[in-house]
Amino acid sequence: MYAIEVRNLWRIFKTRDGVVEALRDVNLKIKKGELFGLLGPNGAGKTTLIRILTTLLLPTKGEAYVWGYSTATEERKIRPIINMVSGGEYSGYGLLTVKENLWMFSQFYGIPGKVAKRRIEYLARRLKFEDILNKKVRNLSTGQRQKMNVARAFLTDPKVIFLDEPTLGLDVEVARVIRDFVKEWLLENDERTVLLTTRYMHEAEELCDRIAIINEGRIIALDTSDNLKKLVSREFSLVLRIHPKINISWINKIERVQKYLTREEENGLRVRIIMSREESIADVVDRIIKHGAKISYLKKEEPTLEDVFLKLTGRGLE
Amino acid sequence: MIEFLRAVKGRAYPRVIGALREPSWMLWDTFLPLLSLSAYVFVYRSLHAPREFEGFVILGGIMTAYWLNVLWGMASQFYWEKETGNLQYYIMAPASLESILAGMALGGMFSTTTRAIGILLLGTWLFKVDMSVTNPYLLLLIFVICLAAMYAMGMMFSSLFLLWGREAWVTSSLFEEPIYFLSGQNFPVKALGPYLSMAASIIPLTLGLDAMRQLIFPSSIKFALMDPYLELLFLSILTIVYLFLAKVFLRKMENIGKTKGTILTRWL
Repeated sequence: MYAIEVRNLWRIFKTRDGVVEALRDVNLKIKKGELFGLLGPNGAGKTTLIRILTTLLLPTKGEAYVWGYSTATEERKIRPIINMVSGGEYSGYGLLTVKENLWMFSQFYGIPGKVAKRRIEYLARRLKFEDILNKKVRNLSTGQRQKMNVARAFLTDPKVIFLDEPTLGLDVEVARVIRDFVKEWLLENDERTVLLTTRYMHEAEELCDRIAIINEGRIIALDTSDNLKKLVSREFSLVLRIHPKINISWINKIERVQKYLTREEENGLRVRIIMSREESIADVVDRIIKHGAKISYLKKEEPTLEDVFLKLTGRGLE
Repeated sequence: MIEFLRAVKGRAYPRVIGALREPSWMLWDTFLPLLSLSAYVFVYRSLHAPREFEGFVILGGIMTAYWLNVLWGMASQFYWEKETGNLQYYIMAPASLESILAGMALGGMFSTTTRAIGILLLGTWLFKVDMSVTNPYLLLLIFVICLAAMYAMGMMFSSLFLLWGREAWVTSSLFEEPIYFLSGQNFPVKALGPYLSMAASIIPLTLGLDAMRQLIFPSSIKFALMDPYLELLFLSILTIVYLFLAKVFLRKMENIGKTKGTILTRWL
């Protein structure tokens, strides 16, 4: 039995503007004890999949199972053994302290008061927020709030936990504390399972045993991080900063340039190019200069998951 | 059952602690309604209305505090919970939504009672309202059953407000003034005539106020709509009906939310 199994899953939303296919024929099998990553940009279908798995949404077609129970018909068996954290969430009540908020949520899972108190203290120690346990939630910083949210979800000792972009918008230090905690929590019990969605490739690479790349509702690749990177093993990335901003759509015509991605920066562009021949670097530089732009930064990089995504979809992750 | 009670206690806690932690709210929530009650009292005095009418106003003020809590703290609550992101965690938790609503109701009753006591004490002291309770046990029973029926109605509305999909504050505002009028907040509801006052009896506040007025101001029986025991019976029936409908609409809300995705998905 798998911790999570998804078969031919579709989710279609009807909106005023038409029909949105949020998930299209998704298939997944996640083993018990696995930390599985779902990597994709905003609107790829990550949150919709999590909503189905957490029994908040029904699939339009197909089936989804958590711990062997159907999410459509056996939600009462699933709910006690799962929990979820979302990035940027504002759950709880501002006038309660952190400790009171956590206790309140523990009561919805029927956890006895003494057990809840012990777990809250333990999680506060592990997630390094003991100092704010008696602080009112409305006075917390974003990072402190997210640590509380993570504790809220782990407090119920779930078998399967869904982390939906849990480090979204957090500073490096808080994100590291959360990531370290998740890794240690998994090691404590062989069967604990995590489904993590993220748009941060380094997070997926650091944490996940396997990663599925999702785009426009479809899983377009699924493997370990190393195997996924083999998809671009013969390529490398060239990262440039150029200014002023110029149109570089001609860059695709240069030999061995496979895909490119631009991001606007102050007074210029950051360009990431996947290419397969070093000799072509000179052509790229030459053409940029001929178009009247200057290059202030140039670096050749090893392929990353973002390059895999770029190669597969032609677009960036963020 | 223990799990149900734990969930009730958990959700009641923020309301109970909120009432105690923010005493300034209590002051304003007591003082401001008292100002509007005073206006009615002075109108009755200037018209030389019977003295018990001033008592009607104070009692109306107390019960209106509960009605406002039902509207803003129960009926609109799932909408606010959706906006803040709590609703998905309530649905996802093993606790039933009924237990969450029961916790909201008990917590809301507690916080409103502190305000209601303030209005009662200040109002009777300021306007020298003479109360002579004839049957305190029946009065207490009617008060409790009236609250149960009102909060059951609030539970029913909590799912409906979410299903209607309008901004909750708009819907709540829509229910404020008509209920003040139909419940006879500041006047004997009998004045509305037999048909309208009977129709208004589906609002628990109407029957509760009418029954309590008879028991607190015995000389006002001539203004009464019906016998308090009969009103107690109707209030009990209303409680059961609204609780049943609350359960039905909760399931419907959850089902529509899961099939259409409109309850929790903000962009739809």
